[in-house]
Amino acid sequence: MGLAKRIIPCLDVTDGRVVKGVNFVALRDAGDPVEIARRYDEQGADELTFLDITASSDNRGLILHIIEEVAAQVFIPLTVGGGVRAVDDVRRLLNAGADKVGINTAAVTNPQLVADASSRFGSQCIVVAIDAKQVSAAGEPLRWHVFTHGGRKDTGLDAVAWAEKMEQMGAGEILLTSMDRDGTKIGFNLDLTRAVADAVGIPVIASGGVGNLDHLVDGVLKGHADAVLAASIFHYGEYSVEQAKRYMAQHGIEVRL
Amino acid sequence: MGSIAVVDYGMGNLRSVAKALEHVAPDARIVVTSEAGEIAQADRVVFPGVGAMPDCMRELEVRGLRQVLVEAAQTKPFLGICLGMQALFEFSEEGNVAGLDVLPGKVRLFPREAMHDTQGQRLKVPHIGWNEVHQAVAHPLWNGIANGARFYFVHSYYVEAGNPELVAAFTHYPFAFACAVARNNIFAVQFHPEKSQAAGLKLLANFAEWDGTAPNSI
Repeated sequence: MGLAKRIIPCLDVTDGRVVKGVNFVALRDAGDPVEIARRYDEQGADELTFLDITASSDNRGLILHIIEEVAAQVFIPLTVGGGVRAVDDVRRLLNAGADKVGINTAAVTNPQLVADASSRFGSQCIVVAIDAKQVSAAGEPLRWHVFTHGGRKDTGLDAVAWAEKMEQMGAGEILLTSMDRDGTKIGFNLDLTRAVADAVGIPVIASGGVGNLDHLVDGVLKGHADAVLAASIFHYGEYSVEQAKRYMAQHGIEVRL
Repeated sequence: MGSIAVVDYGMGNLRSVAKALEHVAPDARIVVTSEAGEIAQADRVVFPGVGAMPDCMRELEVRGLRQVLVEAAQTKPFLGICLGMQALFEFSEEGNVAGLDVLPGKVRLFPREAMHDTQGQRLKVPHIGWNEVHQAVAHPLWNGIANGARFYFVHSYYVEAGNPELVAAFTHYPFAFACAVARNNIFAVQFHPEKSQAAGLKLLANFAEWDGTAPNSI
């Protein structure tokens, strides 16, 4: 027995509340972040990821208070992403109690930020988040591009090559979201996940599209993901984290029970 | 219960360590400090850390903490965590820097060519996640913690102890490495007890009550 595959509930936070959208739009309220974090901790979540999707800059500071409150009560690793643009943003989040910080758009506009932040705080706490969308037409070899600005802007960058570059720049982990699948509940994009997971030597967290427990199993066994991230199946009580882990264990995946 | 100094040298998640200690030892006075005097006066010392070894050693020098840490590691219950474990050894391959040389051994990078499991699957570095901790000695800090309990790891370098009797626990990734070492009043772990939920909190609670004596006096 060795390293367990991780299950990571994801909390999208805006203006102090947890919400969930479909394909990055149409948000629905899911509750209080501290309460939800405690519930997932009790259910055996291996980590928690918070994505700050706050639209108004006035409320940016809210996420720091939320992380401080969660870190005082929940003793598992916390990753926080969203709106991270400078080394100073990374420092503030780590000081608030985050263990890892996710960098997304700023990694594209300023790749040096990934190098600077990882040399300052260590690769282990720098997670590069990649939002990828399929751009190949039917019948063509599969290709995915990196999108930024909440999925609105095509950077023209190839997602697999970008993941490799981020590894070289010092990223400790890749959080890979399929934008085609996000919120759809039809399962991870397994081709994308496997292409990235097999290309890099750092762990890859699969995200986007989980609708049932078989999707989590597939993410590990077929997508080669080191960790699987999901939001709505847990938020609305369809499954508990513990149920998800037992199901994965039944399918031969090593998990922490 | 007295006071516990959490050494602040600008390297990472001190807040998490302090919060976890406050949670398990509400009667103890937890001081996050970079003052040599406060570290010298504390009843117990926690030496945490995440980040890179060269920065760690430089910060210790800049803040004038080397001597007080070496003294604390010889005299009172002392808990090293992650980088705070690695820094106790002679030398680290990360930046090829000398450590505090309190314990014999070296810190090595996980060798890329060896990183695959028995089925040939590639193992990723950093080693991130929950892995099994197999206890090698009976020790007060293992009280109430199941042998093989999972703790949270996040690291790319590991300790190769210079003396096998130092090893208090080992973890497989993919070979057995020392994830905990113990000698007299020192206990040091590669994993993060402050992030390892119930098992981690139990280890910290044990430390808060530990008198610094150990069964293996080397």
